[in-house]
Amino acid sequence: LALYFHSGEREEKCIIEDIPSDILVMGNYKVQRWDTHKQDFLESAPGLGMFVTVTSPSADVLLSKLYGPQGTFSFTSELSGEHIICLQSNSTRFVAFAGSKLRIHLDIRVGEHFLDESVVQAKDKVNEVNIRLEHIIEQIHHVTKEQNYEREREEKFRKTSEETNSNILWWAIVQTLILISVGIWQIKSLRDFFISKKLV
Amino acid sequence: ALAVLLWALRAGGTELTFELPDNARQCFHQQLERGTKFTLDYQVITGGHYDVDCSVEDPNGRTLYKEAKKQYDSFPHRAELEGVYTFCFSNEFSTFSHKTIYFDFQVGEEPPILPAMSNRVTALTQMESACVTIHEALNAVIDSQTHYRLREAQDRSRAEDLNSRVSYWSVGETFILFVVSIGQVVLLKSFFTEKRPGSSRAGT
Repeated sequence: LALYFHSGEREEKCIIEDIPSDILVMGNYKVQRWDTHKQDFLESAPGLGMFVTVTSPSADVLLSKLYGPQGTFSFTSELSGEHIICLQSNSTRFVAFAGSKLRIHLDIRVGEHFLDESVVQAKDKVNEVNIRLEHIIEQIHHVTKEQNYEREREEKFRKTSEETNSNILWWAIVQTLILISVGIWQIKSLRDFFISKKLV
Repeated sequence: ALAVLLWALRAGGTELTFELPDNARQCFHQQLERGTKFTLDYQVITGGHYDVDCSVEDPNGRTLYKEAKKQYDSFPHRAELEGVYTFCFSNEFSTFSHKTIYFDFQVGEEPPILPAMSNRVTALTQMESACVTIHEALNAVIDSQTHYRLREAQDRSRAEDLNSRVSYWSVGETFILFVVSIGQVVLLKSFFTEKRPGSSRAGT
């Protein structure tokens, strides 16, 4: 597999995917356990599994399953937003082993549209172009989804900026008014005080 | 031989977004063949001052790239040795802000989309040329979309920070305003009330 990283035995590692709705995400992983005797990672560790948990932007759990040391998982996003994919091993060993760690190979593919190469290698040239064009059309639909999502996010961003702007203005006015009224109160209060003390 | 070479140059890669807690360091490793070109792009999306330390090491542990407190960068390189290359992100300089980091580790080069495109005797047909053009344009769209998505996420994060900071500071300042002005009057009054009534008379 592709990239790998290390993690503690009971540690949960999470990946964030900010995606539009209705996108298929596929993940591929392989996990190896460190063997202190051999001072290397074991090729396969029987009984070792990984809990894969996928949380949607509204904090719903889309996927929560236990897979073996090697597995593929997938989910389709229902809402647009940040989906969190977490991996945690099902190791019940207490973390007493010094240097005990896991090596996790991970590959996550977002919205990929798979072109069945065997179908494409047809003898019929027109058919091949047809299939490739359909694939391109699917990819362009994905681009459109991403762009729509981007528009939603930019709107939220603009609202936040405008809210900040009006916040600043409002608070500045309020503080000026408070300053003026408190100043007047101060002078009045002191004047009354001095008059009562027969100083003025 | 050429066909084998074309097959070996597969474009692959991983792009991930993850959260790096404060005082933490996260490393990723990838096995690479000799002569493979790779590019590491990374960007800090949320958190603190939007900066992170990054380093890339070759299989012998030699540092190929090391930068501190960078917001985003791109590091292209050609693998001289075969082995496991490591790149690490460190937030160890930060005491309380955890960062969200995006990185894209691209390996290899894009294979030509039409098989045997390089050793053709005839020119490409119009259809094939059109396909190549569309493919290149879509690749540019992917890059552009990723770039804008990250920039927007970062700017929105800053805007939300700004908004909450404005609210907190405004409330705080208003509170201080009240405390200070009322305090001033009370303090002044206390100067005069401590003295004896007789000595507080000014000359008439």
